[in-house]
Amino acid sequence: MLSYGAALLEAIEQEMERDQSVFVMGQGVDDQKGQYGSTLGLHKKFGAARNFDTPIAEDAMTGIAVGAALAGMRPVHVHQRMDFLMLCMNQLVNMAAKYSYMSAGQVSVPMVVRASIGRSWGQGPQHSQAPYPFFMHVPGLKVLAPTTPHDAKGSLIAAIRDDTPVLIVEHRLLYGNQGIVPATEFEIEFGKARILRKGSHVTLVGVSYTVVDCLRAASMLASCGIDAEVIDLLSLAPLDSAAVLESAARTGRLVVVDNSWVTCGAGAELLARLQESPLGEHVRAKRLGYAPVTCPTTRPLEDIFYPSPRSVAVEAMKLCGRDPADLGELAVAREIEEFKGPF
Amino acid sequence: MKCGEIDIRRAYHLLRTIRRSEEKIIEIYSLDVIKSPVHLSIGQEHLAVGACMALDDNDVLFSNYRGHAHYLARGGSLKAFWAELYGKSNGHARGKAGSMHLVDMEVNFMPASAIVASAIPNAVGYALACKMRNEERIVVCFHGDGAADEGVFWESLNFAALKKLPILFICENNGYAIYSTQRQRMAGGSISEKAERFGIPASFHECPGTQQVWKLVSEAADGIRNGNGPQLLEMTTYRWFDHVGTDDDHDLGFRDIALRTGARNRDDVVKLAALLSPADVMAIDERVEAELAAAIAYAETGEFPGSDELMGHDYV
Ligand SMILES: Cc1ncc(C[n+]2csc(CCOP(=O)(O)OP(=O)(O)O)c2C)c(N)n1
Ligand SMILES: [Mg+2]
Repeated sequence: MLSYGAALLEAIEQEMERDQSVFVMGQGVDDQKGQYGSTLGLHKKFGAARNFDTPIAEDAMTGIAVGAALAGMRPVHVHQRMDFLMLCMNQLVNMAAKYSYMSAGQVSVPMVVRASIGRSWGQGPQHSQAPYPFFMHVPGLKVLAPTTPHDAKGSLIAAIRDDTPVLIVEHRLLYGNQGIVPATEFEIEFGKARILRKGSHVTLVGVSYTVVDCLRAASMLASCGIDAEVIDLLSLAPLDSAAVLESAARTGRLVVVDNSWVTCGAGAELLARLQESPLGEHVRAKRLGYAPVTCPTTRPLEDIFYPSPRSVAVEAMKLCGRDPADLGELAVAREIEEFKGPF
Repeated sequence: MKCGEIDIRRAYHLLRTIRRSEEKIIEIYSLDVIKSPVHLSIGQEHLAVGACMALDDNDVLFSNYRGHAHYLARGGSLKAFWAELYGKSNGHARGKAGSMHLVDMEVNFMPASAIVASAIPNAVGYALACKMRNEERIVVCFHGDGAADEGVFWESLNFAALKKLPILFICENNGYAIYSTQRQRMAGGSISEKAERFGIPASFHECPGTQQVWKLVSEAADGIRNGNGPQLLEMTTYRWFDHVGTDDDHDLGFRDIALRTGARNRDDVVKLAALLSPADVMAIDERVEAELAAAIAYAETGEFPGSDELMGHDYV
């Protein structure tokens, strides 16, 4: 068993061991906390040049990672919050994503960008966002959102070995989760979602931490006799709509729970693809995600800002023609209650 | 270090190639065979020629959308350049790039960017890679005065200085970002004065000619190759034509025609020709015309990319 953070550390250690061109950079990667343990001690093991702290200059540092990648290195650029990626948009969208196409494949940009996202404990308007849909929009970028420790390791290794710029979105409430992780190196497959729970009545699709919401919703639904299938999208770009459509074809009901705002989200894209498919008229579908407003800091508002196991289960009940009042009590989200900062 | 003097014949050949290519662009632009923007270097070519001739083959260049002179001075393929302008599949990027995104990896000329200042950190990142791998080579990053308006320029300079990276910044200061003067946009002293505050050698040069640029870049490259960290050379120059396109913009009233007359009077194409024998000049001119004609014929006879080419070269 390894935690999500430890799985990321194991992945990067194995890759740095294997390939001299792999290195890590980012604010605080060589500090005493090492980004939730995921970069802990790399500079001691591999030298300060291969795991270094950066100036607080996200724009240039992203460009520097791009340039190192153009030169054949494989940088992993770590960000403590995905909100900070707004300062990297130019380099990611205009540069990293474009170099290969505008040189007709003469260069590539094998870089990885890791960014924490996260809810709870008062992250507020500017430390809680997960704007992965911005990046899903852009050809030339790949986006992964691993939920399990297993997939965290497989995602990081796959991202490092890929010649494309890959963005990995990591939810802060997941870093402490334990799971079974193979000790050997392995890669997840881009464009492949995971079915985490088989079911026949309704398909629940989550992104990163909302997968946990979906799994909890599935238990709540089970006590009402509803058998939910739960899909972890994992690969957001390329997006495995085939897996979702295949599942929805069996269940006839689909709930997609974004880990961001609903508008133009993964749910919007999946429902559009569903509508364009012959299944369109046979599947009832619903999108969930953040409330369409800025994220509040205070707990009572924060609680209703995010989707929850209950809100997911309620929508599933409605799609199944059942009364949501029949839903039982919700198991407490331990990781949300236990999280006490300090930031 | 490059010793002695610059090879004037070669410099003249390059200058003449760039000048004649761009004159040809002006001549045919109204025919609309080049269906995309061009940013002419005429008047500034000698900076590119002096600099590129001072570099080693394995040094790496980063340019920008005003890149014709950089690309050709570096020895980028003239044929692929012309075919690319025509949008043909025998162009250097199969027509997918055009004038603003010149690239020739054979001569380590990295794909150029049309987002002001955005390739500057990429150049610094390349230099970081060179340093991590203990390579001998250096990176040269051309940029305009306008690029120094951008925060990313200063962030990049800071990191290059902090890590003592093997990179030479060459600021081609033509005094304008489109029609806006440097003084309209920038407070304080010159770009090189500010750069010097990062603790790196940075110097200002008023309209240096080809030979002087060659000397400056040779010396700077030498210091950088010896592991002394980055340097910046700010050189003033003058763009004769409009910011983009092939018009003369002196009638717009934002700059005095006398400036252009001054710039034309110190034209390096003429100056270098005067250092060669008339026979040499004639031979080089003839050679350039022949090479240009061949390149344009190559572009004209090339095929446009087929519709099957739309989707290639991207990842997803
Ligand atoms: C980020 C960005 N902002 C604005 C523009 C529009 N633009 C194109 S060229 C240019 C002027 C740049 O001036 P300078 O760096 O001095 O280069 P020059 O054109 O004089 O060679 C501007 C503002 C752009 N391409 N990219
Ligand atoms: Mg300028």
